[in-house]
Order: sequence, then C-alpha cells, then structure tokens
Amino acid sequence: MSLSLLLLCLSIIGAATFVLGRTRAAALSGSRSSAMHSRLGYYGAYAAIWAVLPAIALSCLWLVISPTVIDNAVRKSFPEEVSSLPPAELNLSYGMVRTIAHGMRLLNERELAAIAAGSADLQLALALKGVPLAVRPTGYMIDAAEKYNHMRSISRAIMSAATLVLSVVCAFFGLRAIAPRFRARHRVEQVILGGLIVASSIAILTTVGIVASMLSETVRFFNMVPASEFFFGTVWDPRFADVGSQSHGSFGLIPLLAGTLYIGFVAMAVAVPVGLFAAIYMAEYASTRVRSVAKPMLEVLAGIPTIVYGFFALVTVGPFLRDIAADINGLLTGNYSSFIEAQSVLTAGFVMGVMLIPYVSSLSDDIIMAVPRSLRDGSLGLGATRSETVKRVLLPAALPGIVGALLMTASRAIGETMIVVLAAGVAARMQLNPFEPMTTVTVKIVNQLTGDLEFTSPQTLVAFALGMTLFCLTLCLNVYALYIVRRYREQYE
Amino acid sequence: MTDVVSPADRSMPRGLAPGPSRRDIGIKRRYAAERRFRAYGIAAVAFGLVFLVILVSTVVRHGYTAFVQTSITLPIEFTEKIVDPGNRRVTEPKVLVTANYTLLIRNALAIALDIDQGDAAAMRQAMQMVSESARIALRDRVVADPAIIGQTVDETFLANANIDSANKGQIDLTASQGDRKVSDQQLGWMKHLTATGALHEAFNTGLFLSGNSSRPEAAGLGVALIGSLYLMLTVLALALPVGVAASIYLEEFAPQNRLTDLIEVNINNLAAVPSIVYGLLGLAVFINFAGLPRSASLVGGLVLSLMTLPMIIIATRSALRAVPPSIRSAALGLGASRMQMVFHHVLPLAMPGILTGTILGLAHALGETAPLLLIGMVAFVANYPTSPLDPSTALPVQIYMWASEAERAFVERTSGAIIVLLFFLVAMNIGAILLRRRFERRW
Repeated sequence: MSLSLLLLCLSIIGAATFVLGRTRAAALSGSRSSAMHSRLGYYGAYAAIWAVLPAIALSCLWLVISPTVIDNAVRKSFPEEVSSLPPAELNLSYGMVRTIAHGMRLLNERELAAIAAGSADLQLALALKGVPLAVRPTGYMIDAAEKYNHMRSISRAIMSAATLVLSVVCAFFGLRAIAPRFRARHRVEQVILGGLIVASSIAILTTVGIVASMLSETVRFFNMVPASEFFFGTVWDPRFADVGSQSHGSFGLIPLLAGTLYIGFVAMAVAVPVGLFAAIYMAEYASTRVRSVAKPMLEVLAGIPTIVYGFFALVTVGPFLRDIAADINGLLTGNYSSFIEAQSVLTAGFVMGVMLIPYVSSLSDDIIMAVPRSLRDGSLGLGATRSETVKRVLLPAALPGIVGALLMTASRAIGETMIVVLAAGVAARMQLNPFEPMTTVTVKIVNQLTGDLEFTSPQTLVAFALGMTLFCLTLCLNVYALYIVRRYREQYE
Repeated sequence: MTDVVSPADRSMPRGLAPGPSRRDIGIKRRYAAERRFRAYGIAAVAFGLVFLVILVSTVVRHGYTAFVQTSITLPIEFTEKIVDPGNRRVTEPKVLVTANYTLLIRNALAIALDIDQGDAAAMRQAMQMVSESARIALRDRVVADPAIIGQTVDETFLANANIDSANKGQIDLTASQGDRKVSDQQLGWMKHLTATGALHEAFNTGLFLSGNSSRPEAAGLGVALIGSLYLMLTVLALALPVGVAASIYLEEFAPQNRLTDLIEVNINNLAAVPSIVYGLLGLAVFINFAGLPRSASLVGGLVLSLMTLPMIIIATRSALRAVPPSIRSAALGLGASRMQMVFHHVLPLAMPGILTGTILGLAHALGETAPLLLIGMVAFVANYPTSPLDPSTALPVQIYMWASEAERAFVERTSGAIIVLLFFLVAMNIGAILLRRRFERRW
C-alpha cells in the first residue's frame, strides 16, 4: 500500500471517529448541553486524536527503522567474496543492488519472466525504463535485488496493516472514554499545546542542525588539512599542491577573508554616508509628503533581489567603470587602456553599497526618531541650527543604536553572495588595488560546491569549513551589535 | 530732543541709544554649514533614488525586446520520400523521429530565397538564419499528426538568435562584415523575407513555456516558473503553520524563563544568518544525510522554509502583540480557556498582519539564489518537472545561469527574465500593502 493511500485511509478513519465521537457525546447529553463538561466537538476531537496520532507515530518509527533492518539482511545474503571487499566497494555494490531493485519494480511480469529466462538483457530493459546501470549486473546482485524487493513489500504490508489496526483499536478506546463529566477539552488542549511546543523547538533544531552539520563536515576537513594551514595560510589554490606539501592543494583562508573585508569596507564606505544622511534628512528636514514618497522608494532598493544587482553590476556598472577609466587614462596620459577591470573590488563594493543603503537608512531612521523631542527642542531653543542639533545632540544620543545598525549591516555585507559571484571575480589574492578583482569567502563556497561532488575530498569539505567561519563571524557581529545596543542605550524618561 | 542718529541706524527706533554691536558668533558660517548639511541630505536621498531609476530603466531597456520573437513562416513540403522513404511509419512509428527534417527546411529555404541547392556556401548561410530548434518543431509536428505527410503546409519556426538581434536593431550594421554576426547576404534575405511577410515578429510565448536551451532563441522560463511555484507552495505549506504555531507558543503560553529567552535570541540570530549557510545546511542534512534527490524542488522548498521561518515568526509576534489585552481579558472573563481565547479571538484579529508578513517573506524567498545554487537546483533542465521530486530550477537561478552565458542574445533574455521576476515581486508587495490597508485595524 503506498504511503499516500495509507495517509488517506488514516484521515478517513480520523474523520469518521470525529463524527462518531461527537454523535455519541450528543446522545449522552440528552438534550441538555450543560450535562457535558466540554463542547461536543472536543469529544469528537479527542477520539480522533487517539485514532490518528499513535498510528502516525508507529508509521514514522517503522519508516525510519525498516531501511536499516532490510539493509543488514540483504548485506548478510551477499556471497563470501563480496562481503570481504573493503567498505567503499561494498557500499558501491549495495548501491547497485538498490538501483536494480528500484528498476525491477518498474518492469512488468512479462519482462521479468523474460529476464529470468535469460532471453532479455536486464541492463537494456532497465535503461529503457530510465534507470541507467553503470556495469553489467552480476548474478548475486539480481538475487539480492529480488530479496530486497520481497522484504520491502512484506515490510510495507505489515506496516500498513499494523497502522490501520492500531488506528481502529485506539479509536475504539477513545470513543469508549466519552462520558458526561470527562474533561475532553483539557486533553485536547494539552495535545495542541504539545504541538505548539514542537513547532517552537523546530527553530532551535534549525540552529542546532546548522551548527552540527557544518561542524561534522568541518571536523572531517580538519582531519585532512590541518586547521593552522586553513586559518593562517596565505595561498588559496585547491587544485594544485604547494611544493613540498600533500598533493591536495593549498587551502589558505587569509586571501578570501581579505577580499571579504575589503569589499565589505568599500560597500560600507558607500552605504554608511549615503544611508545616514538620507535617514537624517528624512527624519529632520523632509516634509511628511516627501518622506511618505522617499522612504518607500528607498525600501524598494531593499526588495530587489541580489541577483538583479549582480547582473546589473556585471553588464552595466563594470563596463561603465572600465570605459570611464579608459577615457580618463586617455585624457591624462594619451594611452587609452583601462586601469579598472570590469570585475573588480570597486564594482562589487559599489553595487553592494547601494544595496545596503536602505538597511542603514531605515534602521538609523527608526533610531533617530526614537530620540525624545525634548532634547531636540532644548538644543534648538538654545540657538543651535538644525545641523548642529543633529551633529552634536541627536547623533551622540542615538549613537549606540546607530553603531548596532552599522554592525548588522556589516554582517549582511559579509554574507552577501550573488553580487560578488557575478561582479568580483575569482582571483584569490591579497592586494590593495581596488581596481582589480578579489574574491570572497562566499564566492569560493559556491565555486567549490557547484560541480562534481564527493563528500570525501577536501575540495568539497572546505566549503563547509568556510561556511562555518562565515556563520561564526556573522554571529559574533550580531551578538556584539546587540550587546552594544543593550549596554550603552540611554533610557530617556 | 533729537538723538544724533547715524544714517545707518535709521532702522533703530527713535529714543533708544544704539546698543553694542553684535558679537560675531559666526552666524553666517553656521548658516552656510546648515545649508551644506541639508544639501548633503538631499544629495543622499537623490543618489539612492537616481540609482534605483537607472537600475530599473537599464533592465527594462535591455529586456523589453525579449517579449517579442522573430519567426519565419515558410511553406514546407512534407515529401514522403524524405520523411518516410520505406513507408514504415505504420509498423515502426520511431522512423518518424529519426527522419531528416533538416532537408525539408533546406528545400523550403532554397525555394523561398531562390538559391541553387548546389551552392553550398549560400545554403549554409541560409540555414544559419533558421534556429536549430526548427527541425525539432517539425519533428514534433509530424509525430503528432502523421497524416500531414505528402502535403505542403505553412510552418512557423524561430529565427536564429543573430537574425533576431538584427531584426530588433541590436546589431551595429555599420561594422564591417567580418566583425558582425550577420552577413550582408543574410541581411538582404531578411529584407526580402520581411517584404513577402515570411519574416515577422510575434509575442514570445516561448519565453514562458519552453524549458532551458543552449540556444538563446529557444530558451525559456517555463521550467523555472514551475519550479518557483513548487518552492513557494512548499514554503507556504511548511513555514506558515510552523511559524504561526511557534509564535503563538512564544507569545501566549511560554513561561518567562531562560529557555524562552534562549529561543528568542536564537530566532533573532537565525534571521540574520547569511542565506548561503542555509544552503550548506540543506546540502549536509537533506541531500547527504537524508538522501533526497539533488536539484529537487522539495529540497529547495525545505531550505527556503527554514530561511523564511524566522521572518514569519517575527512578523506574527508583532501582529499578536498589537492585539490589545482587553480582548484577551474579555474572552477569559467570559469563561473561555486560554487556548480558546487565542484561537477564537486573538488569532483572527492578528490574521491580516500575519498574512502581510507571510507575503513579504514569500517575496523575499522568491528572489533568493545562493542556497538554491548549493543544493543543486542550478542544473540544466529542459523538461517540465512532474512532481516536487523531479529536478527543476527556479527563476532567480535561471537568471544566474543565463547571466553567465557568453552569447550576447542571452543578455536580452536575462533582462526579460528579470522583468518577469520584478513583476511578480511588485505584485506580491502591492498585494501585501493592499491587504494591510484594507484589513488592518488600528486599536
């Protein structure tokens, strides 16, 4: 029985139990609804929960455990010479068996009989159904595949039967418990509360999952490449070996980190002045009409996907800067060659800065608006101009919040991927010229993971180490931003 | 008694002695600084807005031509001798699949352009004017309707990308012939075909219906749109219930202890994690550990749900907080349990805010590219996915793939795809704003 059919049957049983429960409760109450403790629907819900929840738990448990049991049983049936192979080849053979089993489920009776009789070729038959096999299957594989399919269908049948029987038995049990003074609503609400707690814990599980999954792969990476070489190495070249070291290439983080910080610095150099001044203007000087138009328009900048920014940088900004540089160079020295390359730190930093303007602007705007009017009015009353009020009273008062906002923007800049992938280039080197390409941590994560993957090579695992570094860096920045805001925030009135 | 008043002091009221001259407090300098400061503010706002206008106008300028496509209509003679020489199509339908449809196109072009078939150079130039997907279109036509063999029918197929660009005026015709992609002879043929009406432009339905292709004229967003639809549905089905349930617990039921504080800090941090880290999580857990198929939109949906969850939780919590306590107290006072109070009274009132936050979260997830790159949704997919477990791609990832292509015609396609993406985002954002305006209650 397929899983969707099983789910359908369970939902039908659940719905029927609900209706039965409610009818029974109505019958028990006679015509006085005050005789029952809870409203009638809760009794039906109680019985339906009994019918559905244990059965689903059983199915999930079975689905998690049975593949392991079937795996062990099929592997035990392998002949002697296969079981003695090293683990990697044994896994490969087992993978083949599973592919064959999956393909054989797609064949019908006639084709299976023909293959068993030897008149049809299994590899060709499976290929026609869309299941490619790399090598010709040997005899024991076909036997093992048949055993796999057999065990799987038996397991599935037993699971379906057990689930449905459990569901009916529990439904009966739930219906039996319905009585006038039975506190059905409490029980149902406890179950719902349990569901809410499970939902909240998914948020924690996500963080745990992020840390645990990346940590395990990072640890595997550090078993192959020493951590000191990763964190303090100054050459990034994952394919070719340095002279005198292992043959896996050099994985130095420093050039990538330098690129990330440099491009982030250029981006902040664009975003912070523009964003702060825009926020100050909109908070202090702008009329309500101007503010109601300009603020949403700047928010639109935040809503544009970063891939659009990246494409714009690649196709428009990069060539524009290159051509401008060529013209300037020609005017100054007569030599019309460009000193800004199309993919450079300046291109990526500039476009990323524009993308970050709305973050700085809206966060600062909120903070500046939160400074009480009394400070503003006091300063103006003492004869300061508006700009002096902003520079000497408002900004210092809002400074912790603004610094926190800037740190959060910096962490956003560090974690940005698509703009730098398209506009910054892949040259991993350390240099100070903003007119040349430099690459970042995020670009290298994407580069190392798009392509052929095998999770045992350091080239793939380094991406997890890089991701872990990035995660820790942004986490530290965010936590520090929160700490600064909390510690230095002034409590006015 | 008249005072001796100097002419310069005529503005002073009579009867008062002239006061001490004003101390120089640098007022002119300060006013100048004030004006400069204000000008910087205006310049900053203008800078942002000007950049926005430049961005949108550049994209639209490059991309609006992508919505029309140049096609060629020619009468094709489906001669049986070429399509099915041995007359085996009844017993072996597969023979129609492998027939030489290119020859049919060659014949039609030779007749229409009045070229001698023996002139190999001219024939090659003529064949280059037609897209390579044309023979596939003819093949599909014959396989679907074998009765067409023996007749002469007008067929429309796509022109080559270079001809398309030339027709739209995107190629610099003043360059010498060796430097451009379209030769003078092809230009002359184009004029001839346009005059007879055989070369014409039509709305580019292929942009929305075809799958990916290595030839720019045949590449389309069909697969990407379906993939993005699956992703949005998955995010809606997974992130919305879990997010609302978690927010309800945190806001209404959770006791104020350290565990709850930890969860709150956790969620705020998760909202600030770079999206590429979620891609790594998806790769390590869903593909490596759980063994789900790579490039499946289910995996992409799971990753995007995890990414959108903190956003929905934060929006829902603020919506729940905006419901006044009097509603809660009134419900409890009339005898409702806490669960009933939340689900029957608070939640319906907070629904507009929750939906607005969800739509904005979905719009953010629609534009995400980085996590999808890592879980493999960057594959070249030419056929429609039939289920969320089939390999597919998504709209922003398709834009990324086309942006990396070298052919110039892909720039137009990429800009057209960006216009489609921005259209969906604008629609969703406007929908959220309208929803908020219409249903939000000010307490």
